Amino acid sequence: MVVQQLYKVLSDDGKIITETSYTLSKNKLVEMYQDMVRARLFDEWMLKIHPMGRVSRFPPSIGQEASMIGSIHALEPGDWVFPTYREFPVFLARKTPLQELFNRMFASKLDILKGHEITLYGNRDRRIVVPSGPVALMIPVAVGFAMALKHKGEKDICIAYFGDGATSKADFHEGTNLAGVFKTPIILFCQNNQYAISLPVAKQTASRSIAAKATAYGIASERVDGNDILAVYEATRKAAERARTGEGPTLIEAYTYRIGPHTTADDPRTYRTEEEVKKWLQKDPIKRFRKHLENLGLWNKEKEEKLISDFKEELRKVTMETEKIEPPNPETILQDVYSEIPWFLEEELEELNR
Amino acid sequence: MRELTLAEALNEALREEMRRDERVIVMGEDVGVAGGVYKVTKGLLEEFGPDRVRDTPISEAAIVGAAVGAAVAGLRPVAEIMYMDFLTIALDQLVTHAAKLRFMSGGQLTVPLVVRCQYSLGRVHGSQHSQFFPSWFLQSPGLKVVLPSTPYDAKGLLKTSIRDDNPVLFIEPGALYHRIRGEVPEEDYTIPLGVADVKKRGDEVTVVSVSRVVHEALKAAEILEQQHGISVEVIDLRSIQPMDYETVVKSLMKTNRLVIAEDSVKTGGVSAEVAAYVAENAVEYLDAPIVRVNSPPLPTPFSPELERLYMVDAGKIVDAVVGLVK
Repeated sequence: MVVQQLYKVLSDDGKIITETSYTLSKNKLVEMYQDMVRARLFDEWMLKIHPMGRVSRFPPSIGQEASMIGSIHALEPGDWVFPTYREFPVFLARKTPLQELFNRMFASKLDILKGHEITLYGNRDRRIVVPSGPVALMIPVAVGFAMALKHKGEKDICIAYFGDGATSKADFHEGTNLAGVFKTPIILFCQNNQYAISLPVAKQTASRSIAAKATAYGIASERVDGNDILAVYEATRKAAERARTGEGPTLIEAYTYRIGPHTTADDPRTYRTEEEVKKWLQKDPIKRFRKHLENLGLWNKEKEEKLISDFKEELRKVTMETEKIEPPNPETILQDVYSEIPWFLEEELEELNR
Repeated sequence: MRELTLAEALNEALREEMRRDERVIVMGEDVGVAGGVYKVTKGLLEEFGPDRVRDTPISEAAIVGAAVGAAVAGLRPVAEIMYMDFLTIALDQLVTHAAKLRFMSGGQLTVPLVVRCQYSLGRVHGSQHSQFFPSWFLQSPGLKVVLPSTPYDAKGLLKTSIRDDNPVLFIEPGALYHRIRGEVPEEDYTIPLGVADVKKRGDEVTVVSVSRVVHEALKAAEILEQQHGISVEVIDLRSIQPMDYETVVKSLMKTNRLVIAEDSVKTGGVSAEVAAYVAENAVEYLDAPIVRVNSPPLPTPFSPELERLYMVDAGKIVDAVVGLVK
């Protein structure tokens, strides 16, 4: 069986090697780059402050910024995002204020999830749906959501993010199959980051690629270099076009690498070699895109330094601000279990106030 | 008043709600062209079309998962799971998702979903098509769990469940779909969730029951009155989450004796929860120990003779009540 080639637009030194079907404005290119750098800085900051104990568990996305930011920029602001626990770059690219993210991470009194959940993020107003901890669970939900959008005649579409590990779960197969049958306007975006915690993708599936799985469900697929933001952007645009014109779902495999641990609770040195990580560090998606922008004369050292120092300062300030905010009120635990407060929770509330 | 079967009453509830609210859709295996394997969705495809009555692949996780997604997006889906047994495949979606999304999201997401299913105990379907485990869902805050026993209740409770903004698990006694008939008003009516119904008044023993066994309890009450001179009050819980203990305790204040009879296996079933509540909150009204009548804790046997032996029936309830009064 032939494995679908990885689609690439940029060479490792940032030169265009494939003509794209779109042109991006200079401002858009710079914005995408800035989003990548901010995402990296956000991750590094979270890893730095995690040992201080305010953030319970954090899943860094270092190495996957091109996949996440390239895909979200290819969609419209009205499109619905079904992320996993790792998509912080997507939230930043949707212009989520840092304060909102930090209230979430610290589970402060101002947390929009009211301290009800671990470090997952979602905000309906930004069309980002709260993800599930267990992998793949959101896939059928996103498919049903997309089905409802089509049913209501809305033009918006859905993107569901997941990893290589999720493709072994029944929810992936049942959901993808249903998406094919119902021709729902959805992009099934798999970041093949090579590992599901410790399990390498070769032990996850005997399929030659993740994209190959689309064939069985009769849906379109794209297989892209996930460290090449312009390739990811193009693949996602094509998939979005298909979804919007009634052609149904696309499975995208973005081939990338998780440079960091699975979460702050994981030590990747136990299951992979330094050499392997070094090899992938050379394919850093941010460096590659920066070279491209420098070649175009859109970026330079001064701009880079200013972006980094400004954002670091913002991170530091927001962290200090959030430290001062109290934890949620005890009554909050009884809210949102049901649309109304039933008698048995009212009794619990009385206990709580006693 | 006109009489309908249980299946006809459910069908009428679906039809009326789909006419009333275009957001209501039906999805599941064989619900469209076939009208449901037990004909509960008969004729809906013809009236409402394939966008609102969706035949799905054999994928219970995707049926419930997609229904959750559609509910979050603003529709009011009624998903059918053909047998309660097959709910196990969709448990992640029902328990880990539907029940928790409102809470997890801090109230941002609402899941106005009904998952209908039926249990086939009493139809000699064997151990994998007869399971009845509603008490599992008592451990899943965020869900409501509704169990109608009569055509009248089925129509009113299903309509309320569809209009409810919370995910509702609606468990039907499949063995009674076409076997019982009852008066059902033609007009629109609803029955609030979490309110038990006293199906028969009496003052010596309270029999609390739910779903299929309510009919056995009523038969038993008749036998007890005629042959043993014992007056029995029969309470149908109708929903177990929320559970209406007030009606149960009020009855006990009068009868001082409690029998709980229902189709769960005895260990950890619905009856265990009712007994625990009464023991904790109303033991002062009891003159005798609580007696539970359940199936034994083993898989449902297939042979008709063995299944009869396994199931709760009027005779077993009569024995329990007589033993308690003696």
